Amino acid sequence: MTDSIIRVEDLGKTFRSGSSLSLGKPADEVRAVDGCSFSVNHGETLALVGESGCGKSTLGRLLLRLIDPTAGKIFFENTELTHLPAGRMRDMRRHLQMIFQDPYGSLSPRRTVAQIIAEPLDVFGIVRSRRERRDRVADLMNQVGLSPSFMDRHPRQFSGGQRQRIGIARAIAVDPSFIVADEPVSALDVSVQAQIINLMQDLQRQKNFSFLFIAHDLAVVRHIADRVAVMYLGRIVEIGPKKQIYGMPQHPYTQALLSAAPEPDPDRKARRIILEGDVPSPKRVPSGCSFHTRCPIRQDICSVERPPLREVATGQLAACHFANPFPIPVAKAVPVVPA
Amino acid sequence: MTVPLLKVDNLAVEFGPKANPIRVVDGVSFEIPPAGAVGIVGESGSGKSITSLSILRLISEPPGRIVQGRIEFNGVNLLDLPRSEMPDIRGRDIAMIFQEPMSSLNPVMTIGDQIGEAIKLHEDMPGEKRRERVIEMLRLVGIPDPAGRLDSYPHQFSGGMRQRVMIAMALVCNPKLLIADEPTTALDVTIQAQVLDLMHKLRRTLNTAVLLISHDLGVIADVCERVVVMYAGRVVEEADIRSIFRNPQHPYTRGLLQSIPKLDDDRDRLYQIPGSVPLAGSVKKGCPFYQRCSLRIDKCAQEMPPMFSFGPDQRAACWVTAGQADAKAKEVAL
Ligand SMILES: Nc1ncnc2c1ncn2[C@@H]1O[C@H](COP(=O)(O)OP(=O)(O)OP(=O)(O)O)[C@@H](O)[C@H]1O
Ligand SMILES: Nc1ncnc2c1ncn2[C@@H]1O[C@H](COP(=O)(O)OP(=O)(O)OP(=O)(O)O)[C@@H](O)[C@H]1O
Ligand code: SF4
Ligand SMILES: [Mg+2]
Ligand SMILES: [Mg+2]
Repeated sequence: MTDSIIRVEDLGKTFRSGSSLSLGKPADEVRAVDGCSFSVNHGETLALVGESGCGKSTLGRLLLRLIDPTAGKIFFENTELTHLPAGRMRDMRRHLQMIFQDPYGSLSPRRTVAQIIAEPLDVFGIVRSRRERRDRVADLMNQVGLSPSFMDRHPRQFSGGQRQRIGIARAIAVDPSFIVADEPVSALDVSVQAQIINLMQDLQRQKNFSFLFIAHDLAVVRHIADRVAVMYLGRIVEIGPKKQIYGMPQHPYTQALLSAAPEPDPDRKARRIILEGDVPSPKRVPSGCSFHTRCPIRQDICSVERPPLREVATGQLAACHFANPFPIPVAKAVPVVPA
Repeated sequence: MTVPLLKVDNLAVEFGPKANPIRVVDGVSFEIPPAGAVGIVGESGSGKSITSLSILRLISEPPGRIVQGRIEFNGVNLLDLPRSEMPDIRGRDIAMIFQEPMSSLNPVMTIGDQIGEAIKLHEDMPGEKRRERVIEMLRLVGIPDPAGRLDSYPHQFSGGMRQRVMIAMALVCNPKLLIADEPTTALDVTIQAQVLDLMHKLRRTLNTAVLLISHDLGVIADVCERVVVMYAGRVVEEADIRSIFRNPQHPYTRGLLQSIPKLDDDRDRLYQIPGSVPLAGSVKKGCPFYQRCSLRIDKCAQEMPPMFSFGPDQRAACWVTAGQADAKAKEVAL
């Protein structure tokens, strides 16, 4: 597979808290990410969706090795990152950048915009003089639609959308080839979201970096993604090209998720699939298919056997015992009989 | 015309020192018919919560105060009532649920006792009957095994369940109006779907009128018949849901609708409204949308546009679109 920029195999992260030393109590284990295998291709945007706590941020941080996995392997182009020594990992970071959800929390309040944007330039020794540094920062600010005259101001003097622009300028400063964006527009006002989405897409077209785009707004994802991965309790339950995921979702969880999003259109009241119950705690992941406790089509096998992620249509994989491989469009298979 | 259940008329709320106040809500008017559902949309800080808190006179004074307007509930101006009568109205006539359910539930009181308390406040009911009523309400909002959950504490429930308990508590005395301020914003989509489904069911079975506050146009479209669009503390458009989505008349409403991606659109780029949202109360002269508006004319910077009527079900505050619609549009007398 030469097409992929990032590839992971059987990636897992288990958080352990409450050590076994404390009075022999069993340690609390959270399987935040479990057995994830997929790749992100050159210049593509892969969106990661799923409900709160399903492991999206953890997976994003694993890909950049901001945290270390407890299982599996991560490859960047042809280099395995999983056990790369700290020094070499540091050099790799130049290619791997992150944009965070909260433009307020992720920018240090004491530093000026110029200092924040220039940080990666300094770390990787990309600029040689102060003059060059300021020129680079001014150029980056122009690219993200901020006036360079604000260079010496502090982030608190900016609106949410402007702060997100600062975060984007910092991320693209070193020309990375892969960016993880963790809910980059979720905290923004609706009318400002569109500005930031357009900006990220324009920059991607110019610079051709790849994106892992974490989001919970399915309409935003449909707009920005090439492919979509759906997570449930630490696992990828469905992944595939956007058109297929939205047009012909195969996993019952994907179907429920898509049907649940209320459409901003009074004439299109969706027939919602209402799932019973709540998302189980990742400390007690259900046996077999982890979705079986809420699944509207579950059978006996579901609580016993974990369904593998298998191809159900070209490029589309789903982890459900009853996902229909290569479904035949109903209209063609069944002769139309007037009711 | 039926008599409205709630009529908010020219409401204004100020914060800060009296000598130099900030008017965060100004000239807000709208109506809710009996059993109707009205939504308020607007961006962060546009005055949605302050407007809804004003209805129940829950603005803390100081620093805030209602400085102008009327809030008529069944024809009675709530702002004329002595403060001591408000607790009777809250819960019995008008109930409210808030965005963060944990902060409005008592953590050291069982779910059963909390809902029971809400009944005790307004109705004389023997203990056994009260218990039955609580169980019935919990069942209605879809809590499984309601009798078995009476002795649970809030922290033993998930976010979605707590929100449903809040709704049960709000509705236990059969209020005529439920005000819900971002009731699903903190919830996941599949749990949000459960709560929206519940709101539909309650409206069908109990005939409760709803004022739903949200920044999510999808949620509003799902529940409401009419929409109030707020911008920087003012109502810029108010109409039936179909007109808002099919034929919006305020440039802000138009921009907002075009800037949200929809599940079925294939645009390469989203429309974007330039600039950012001004703080409520910061625009002192002219149209609050002037800075970002693509249709603006000189007059907009000078004079605040009044509400114009665009047909029987729609009003919007814009000089330019009112001029374009010409004969149909006439200034609405306040
Ligand atoms: N450092 C940590 N220690 C222990 N548990 C953690 C840690 N980080 C995350 N978790 C747990 O791992 C699970 C996955 O968390 P994660 O933040 O990846 O979810 P998410 O999908 O990004 O959710 P959200 O949509 O709310 O951001 C959660 O149950 C979380 O509580
Ligand atoms: N106690 C207060 N003192 C001063 N200003 C206040 C106070 N409470 C609210 N405001 C101001 O009133 C304005 C309207 O606030 P409000 O909470 O009604 O907004 P909102 O539309 O509900 O926003 P959100 O979507 O973020 O909930 C804001 O500009 C806010 O800063
Ligand atoms: S009144 Fe003027 S500035 Fe305001 S929305 Fe209409 S055209 Fe735009
Ligand atoms: Mg997250
Ligand atoms: Mg609010």
